[in-house]
Amino acid sequence: MNNYELMVIFTPVLSEEDFKAAQKKYATLVKENGGEVLNENPWGLKSLAYPIAKKTTGLYLVMEYTAPSTFNEKLKIQLLRDESVLRHMFTALDKYAVEYNARKRSGVHAGTEKTVGV
Amino acid sequence: MAKANEIKYLTAIKTEKRQKKYCRFKKMGIKYIDYKDGEFLKKFLNEQGKLLPRRITGNSLKFQRKVSDAVKKARQMAILPYVTDLLK
Repeated sequence: MNNYELMVIFTPVLSEEDFKAAQKKYATLVKENGGEVLNENPWGLKSLAYPIAKKTTGLYLVMEYTAPSTFNEKLKIQLLRDESVLRHMFTALDKYAVEYNARKRSGVHAGTEKTVGV
Repeated sequence: MAKANEIKYLTAIKTEKRQKKYCRFKKMGIKYIDYKDGEFLKKFLNEQGKLLPRRITGNSLKFQRKVSDAVKKARQMAILPYVTDLLK
């Protein structure tokens, strides 16, 4: 079992219910494959830094989960088949990242905020 | 002949001491650099959205690599632009 983080950008044309359904779909997919969803964080509509597929905004979803190492390949197939997904990215989390995310979730300063400008 | 330690100047020589650069991640004890925090990563970019060198940021090599990885991830996910003008 490893810790991963998935970030997905959905098309902005998705309705509220569709977005919720998509979230649920991927969360259940994680659970079905013996994983566990640690945190789900739908950022919602956010403007993109550059257009993707002629769209200037996207619906962001960030999900943190634990899963066996073979699971990401299966999830990737599902994401690529899904037409509402503009882009996705997996990140393998090390112990510091897990610690950082846990701290951020509990609302304590995560460490990066207190640094001053260059 | 005057020896070196005997030479005296009328006005004190300018001795400018620049503050030593340091790695902020080491100093602050930050272990993980989050690619999702675009505003934080902007500190390591110039106005065109290019990465600043270690010479300027003072990061240690270990953390400069982590910064660059985080910036590249953020660019992929359209949190930061690849090319731009007037980022800040």
